[in-house]
Amino acid sequence: MDIKVRLFATLREGRSKELMLQLEETPSVEKVLTELEIDERDVAILLINGRDGAIDQILTEGDVVSLFPPVGGG
Amino acid sequence: MRYDRNRTTISEEDNNLLAQKHVCIVGSGGLGGYVLEMLARIGVGHITVIDGDVFDDSNLNRQLLSDETVLGRKKVDVAIERHAKVNSLVEVKGIEKFLTKENATELLAGHDVVIDALDNIDTRFVLQESAEELGIPMVHGAIAGWYGQVATIMPGDRTLDMIYRHKEEKGAETKLGNLSFPPATVASLEVAETIKLLLDRGDLLRHQILFIDLLNQDYHRFELS
Repeated sequence: MDIKVRLFATLREGRSKELMLQLEETPSVEKVLTELEIDERDVAILLINGRDGAIDQILTEGDVVSLFPPVGGG
Repeated sequence: MRYDRNRTTISEEDNNLLAQKHVCIVGSGGLGGYVLEMLARIGVGHITVIDGDVFDDSNLNRQLLSDETVLGRKKVDVAIERHAKVNSLVEVKGIEKFLTKENATELLAGHDVVIDALDNIDTRFVLQESAEELGIPMVHGAIAGWYGQVATIMPGDRTLDMIYRHKEEKGAETKLGNLSFPPATVASLEVAETIKLLLDRGDLLRHQILFIDLLNQDYHRFELS
């Protein structure tokens, strides 16, 4: 199935801003991270279709996953 | 008249109301210096600044309160001195301490809004927990490199739990650094949220995050609930 992934800030480095992934049936967000070689610990905000999501959440056709790194300075 | 140019967006009654309000800025670095400047100039009457640090030369690239004459001096002392000159109608109180689990409730009690101008994720959770316990709204802001984020957190929302999935992690700023302009951008947005909270006006970034990417001029507002 096709999953759209939107990456933000430093997570775009060496990847692109937005990309489509073709994944096996019932993939989790974890699978997306594995495909993109993103360490789960580098993801501070995880959105699925613009809403707060979970790492073990199962995705469905057309879902949009957005990933942000931690921004913590002041 | 000092507040003439606040009119008519901020009325005389609004300014009188702001003069009675107590706001706490936690952190007096990149974000905190700009937040203080804007709160004092608009006329928020009672401002507490909490920071246990002194200025050093790595602050000079972005921190409004820093200059070459104040290196080694306490940040809260410099904040008080500047604002005695900027707006003597405003009471600025400095607390030369870092916020901790042990002192947070005591230091934050009595404020109408607390503003996150911290430079680390751990202490932000201390602030969120204590603000919730005290029933005080919290305005969150953070920066790293070209990026920034803002959210308004009401007691019980626990929005930070969704912004920082790994509470103990270091932020991207440890690699990217902090430039001169994102602190001003994020501080402006935090002050806008604070003034709206104090005057009960407009729409807030509640259950949301505004993520700012100044490299690409992308501004994304997402639901977090």
